[in-house]
Amino acid sequence: MEPKIIEILLVEDSPGDVILTKEALNEYKIVNNLHVAQNGLEALDFLYQRGKFENAIRPDIILLDLNLPKMDGREVLKQIKSDSDLKTIPVVILSTSDADEDIMSAYKNYANCYITKPIDLDQFVKVVKSLQSFWLSIVKLPQNN
Amino acid sequence: MMKGTVIEILLVEDNPGDVQLTREALQEYKLYNHLHVAVDGEQALNFLFRKGVYKEAPVPDLILLDLNIPKVSGHDVLIRIKQEEQLRNIPVVILTTSEDKEDIQKAYENYASCYIAKPMDFSSFVEIVKELNDFWISIVALPRMKSI
Repeated sequence: MEPKIIEILLVEDSPGDVILTKEALNEYKIVNNLHVAQNGLEALDFLYQRGKFENAIRPDIILLDLNLPKMDGREVLKQIKSDSDLKTIPVVILSTSDADEDIMSAYKNYANCYITKPIDLDQFVKVVKSLQSFWLSIVKLPQNN
Repeated sequence: MMKGTVIEILLVEDNPGDVQLTREALQEYKLYNHLHVAVDGEQALNFLFRKGVYKEAPVPDLILLDLNIPKVSGHDVLIRIKQEEQLRNIPVVILTTSEDKEDIQKAYENYASCYIAKPMDFSSFVEIVKELNDFWISIVALPRMKSI
């Protein structure tokens, strides 16, 4: 089976975090395409292939920040996981919040996992790499139609 | 992950060899964890719903679930967990021999956190279990039911 390119949708409004994530992901052996949505509405436009995203691909995995402008990540998560077509896409919450309520609520709304973004840069890169290693080479992802 | 917390893991697995391997892989792990084992789907549900002998069972922080188990299938156990208000937040990692596309798809449709196909050989299996634990125990924030 030829190696597939993994399509990742990163929903993140902080440009710094986007750059860090991009760099951390680029170092990994499995080729991946990183797509970025900067707020909740863009994320949904991307997933529903609307407007400027009408040619968007379906992501294999979504990295989702919670605190986003326009529509926050919590609402995006709910919409994804209640959509019969989109719900199979793994959603990894990647948020600065370590509040119990945020963590609990994300899992209740079927987030696949929740990761608190480390403040320390090296740790952040390490976490992104672990995430990538786990989700892109250990886990079997659902089929992308 | 908070220091000093104990992670309660429920392993739903009917193969004693796989149970043993998982147990050993977890024991090497530095963080404190309790492994509970259910050998079929009915036991798993009794554990989770604290029925009979399991009335004092802790709520697991993480569930490792084989699909091909006796009495109640892994798929049905998953569905049941994810429908239940008090249990749906528990991450369920499917850990099974099947690499069948339908099984994988169905698991994600029913809100499995992730799906891992068990490798056939011993050392790869141990490696996978360690990676799984590394990720779920030290990287991931698990939902805490109580703040103790």
